[in-house]
Amino acid sequence: MIELKNVSKWYGEFRVLDDCSMRIAKGEVVVICGPSGSGKSTLIKCMNGLEPFTRGEVTIDGISVGAPDTQLPRLRARIGMVFQNFELFPHMSAAANINLAQLKVLGRDRATAQAKTDELLARMGLADHATKFPAQLSGGQQQRVAIARALAMDPIAMLFDEPTSALDPEMITEVLDVMVGLADEGMTMAVVTHEMGFARKVAHRVVFMDEGAIIEDASTAAFFGTPRSERAQQFLSKILQH
Amino acid sequence: MGGGFDFAVLIRNAPFLWGGMVLTLQLTALAVTGGLALGLVLAVLRLSRIPFAPALVAGYVNFLRSMPLILAIFWFYTLIPKLTGQSVSSFYSVLIAFILFEAAYYSEIIRAGISSVRRGQIAAALALGLSNAQAMRYVVLPQAIRNMIPVLLTQSIVMLQDTSLVYVVGLRDFLTTADIVAGRDSRPVELYMFVALTFLVVCFSASRLVNRLRRRYAL
Repeated sequence: MIELKNVSKWYGEFRVLDDCSMRIAKGEVVVICGPSGSGKSTLIKCMNGLEPFTRGEVTIDGISVGAPDTQLPRLRARIGMVFQNFELFPHMSAAANINLAQLKVLGRDRATAQAKTDELLARMGLADHATKFPAQLSGGQQQRVAIARALAMDPIAMLFDEPTSALDPEMITEVLDVMVGLADEGMTMAVVTHEMGFARKVAHRVVFMDEGAIIEDASTAAFFGTPRSERAQQFLSKILQH
Repeated sequence: MGGGFDFAVLIRNAPFLWGGMVLTLQLTALAVTGGLALGLVLAVLRLSRIPFAPALVAGYVNFLRSMPLILAIFWFYTLIPKLTGQSVSSFYSVLIAFILFEAAYYSEIIRAGISSVRRGQIAAALALGLSNAQAMRYVVLPQAIRNMIPVLLTQSIVMLQDTSLVYVVGLRDFLTTADIVAGRDSRPVELYMFVALTFLVVCFSASRLVNRLRRRYAL
């Protein structure tokens, strides 16, 4: 479903992505991890064309992301994305956040969009918060609204860019629970995260990055069993120490 | 004559003073509208990737902001007839000077407002499939306008006060009419008190409005 072939990206002289290739099949959950600055976020943003890349090819469902004649907005509408800092629109209520792209991009009528929004808010356990503004919600609630906003587009895949990194510890679980639920339903997911418990529980594969390159791409069992690279071993021992 | 105050002088000259007030309000309204429109264009050009546009706009803004307003007024008063070969009324030469001058300030306020919206907001809008124009319209501008309304209003109050400079080209704004009456009827204290109070009331109400807007739209 999502395929990256030899993707490289330079910021001037600095190589952010170094010949990255990976595939995510339909229904697969892939966790991308690695030290900060390793290019994970850049890589996941290349998947929906939010980050342009210098060389290589990214295809979604057979459509090339980098091709000049690709209708990027149309492609992005089919891929949900969740950000580290939620990025809810602060001037709109939770419900309006979820309605916006349904109305303006999918062209749904207001009643249809609102029904979808209500259903998603209920599923996120946020039915009572529909009219609240982002500033009135906790971080965990905001991130669940952001997930609902992405799901409202009926995406064929979901991209998560460190969805729990900006959350207080007691709110991480409520967001991870939602993500586990999505994975169990068979959603195709790419997740940049340090939550190794989540990776162990739901990921089919783990991709380890360092200095812009994909160092390891292994099944979850193999990755946590015997990661082959030294750097992955070091990373795991640091992150799992506590 | 003698001592004491004679506030009846205000009533006797009310139509004349009102004429001055109308000119002041007209100039302010037209200059603010024109300045905002031109300022928005300049701000968008400065944030654009059109070759040379950002540098040209930056040059324009820095040039005009380094100039005292009174110089701009003189300048256009003498320059426009020279350039066009036609005489232009004081009103229009002053209006053009105000619009070009205010646009420099407004464009910086608008640019700061647009830049104050976090880049992640645009990314989130684009990730949902919104086009660049839709992201601007539904996500960036509503937040940017909230951020800039207080500063725009403050700048417009300054503009209102600055209209009193038009006396240098012979226009009769509110302050000038009051000055004329003060001299003619020898009632400077009453007239200047009246002018001061009027400006106080107008500016105070406007800044109260700014504060209310700021509270209502605080994010």
